[in-house]
Amino acid sequence: MSILVIADHDNAHLKPGVTNSITAASKCGGDIHVLVAGSGCGAAAAAVAAVSGVAKVLVADAPQYADGLAENLAPLVVGLAKGYSHVLVSASAFGKNLMPRVAALLDVAQVSDIVAVESADTFVRPIYAGNAFATVKSSDAIKCITVRATGFDAAAGGGSAATENIAAGADAGLSKVTGREMTKSDRPQLAAAKRIVSGGRGLGDGDKYRAVLEPLADKLGAALGASRAAVDAGFVPNDYQVGQTGKIVAPELYIAVGISGAIQHLAGMKDSKVIVAINKDPEAPIFQVADYGLVGDLFNVVPELTAAL
Amino acid sequence: MKILVPVKRVIDYNVKVRVKADQTGVDLANVKMSMNPFDEISVEEALKLKEAGAATEVVAVSIGVTQCQETLRTAMAMGADRGILVESSADLQPLAVAKLLKALCDKEAPGLVILGKQAIDDDSNQTGQMLAALLGWPQATFASKVTLADGNASVVREVDGGLETVSVKLPAIVTTDLRLNTPRYATLPNIMKAKKKPLDVVTPESLGVDVTPRLTTLKVVEPPKRKGGVMVPDVAALVDKLKNEAKVL
Repeated sequence: MSILVIADHDNAHLKPGVTNSITAASKCGGDIHVLVAGSGCGAAAAAVAAVSGVAKVLVADAPQYADGLAENLAPLVVGLAKGYSHVLVSASAFGKNLMPRVAALLDVAQVSDIVAVESADTFVRPIYAGNAFATVKSSDAIKCITVRATGFDAAAGGGSAATENIAAGADAGLSKVTGREMTKSDRPQLAAAKRIVSGGRGLGDGDKYRAVLEPLADKLGAALGASRAAVDAGFVPNDYQVGQTGKIVAPELYIAVGISGAIQHLAGMKDSKVIVAINKDPEAPIFQVADYGLVGDLFNVVPELTAAL
Repeated sequence: MKILVPVKRVIDYNVKVRVKADQTGVDLANVKMSMNPFDEISVEEALKLKEAGAATEVVAVSIGVTQCQETLRTAMAMGADRGILVESSADLQPLAVAKLLKALCDKEAPGLVILGKQAIDDDSNQTGQMLAALLGWPQATFASKVTLADGNASVVREVDGGLETVSVKLPAIVTTDLRLNTPRYATLPNIMKAKKKPLDVVTPESLGVDVTPRLTTLKVVEPPKRKGGVMVPDVAALVDKLKNEAKVL
């Protein structure tokens, strides 16, 4: 049987996580087909076709797929899914929104946020904010899966898959996107960044967050992140949030500044390769997971670090 | 318009989770249980809509063991008008929960169902979307603002990289994200009053729903421990370690 991966994209580019999902698919066995459903999504389809390991790209190009609405996409995926053993998507906002709708229509369970594939029907996923890992076996004929990108390497380029246009379904007419307010930033995207500078309540307020952390992030070419406490306090927008209820990240370098290290935050970053913690409280739990801890006043330490790089 | 709010009884947010030695699951014996935090946000949002005149009744639903009645009483102490418990001691997975909620929606005919986006125990993030699928309703997930007007809900959603506003036709499913509101505390008089509010108990069998699990948990283990690192005395030492030991600079 073949495996269907649903691409998360903005019609022009693939979102971070798609190539990791393709790697996860390759561990399930079988040919990998990727669905690119969008409007004017030729560039995204071409990007998928160039990913190593992809056998075929299915393109559904129609206005009703422009915004990735689950109400319109789910019937399309359900129609295709009957010919596949697995349907995978990134555990991104897009994938989390779409896949359960697909699974319920197929009357199958979904396995959320997998970090490992043990066999074609057995997967590992974190539960309780990553404080436990469950190995679960699915008894359904079609396995609907969302993939946590940090659990799998990105698939390489160098592929040249065939592209096939498929018929689009109807507009369900239940929902429409009426506005978008994206955070503008020249920095790398949080989910894909190799380096992340993350701030917590210790920064004091939004102005200080920016004044202290932005120069360091600029010097490192790093993305900016935040703890839930900093988001709740209004320092930064919610899409900066790293943790159980925010983004799950695993960069090469994660610098936690003024973050105490609540388990919900650790759940989102403890797979980082190297963790640096800067905090004035030597008892802060963040130091238990940090490779390098520095106790001190972040308002002195961070500018000093920025200057030293 | 009636609003249905499913509330899940989960291990309390502040409890340190312990994996059982036999790897069958997480130790729930003598552990404090509370309402799933996202569901508290759902209850609050439903109550705000009722207080604003956009809804007439808020019905809380819980699904699980007898003790879920406590969770329903909490919702009613916050202000929900009545409660329904679907009582079962089975291992209830999101698909089964969605089917049970679908059966209740068929009976209760709500105009809006507000659910938490995920439960903090299994972290599945599935039930709302599955319920929307089974009902054939639109879904507005990860909501940070909900406005009702002219038979539609306009919902600001937390998505990767920013915010997206969707307009969905009612009846609809909304799932809540953290910034939607700050849930109220139940006052003592309201806790007393909640004890007298109606609470119906039904079963999966009476709703005609098969709740057989589709996923089998083979084992549950602790995450690999991150070994404790070192403390460095100053910035110079930190930069040296990052350059020469970790080699990430």
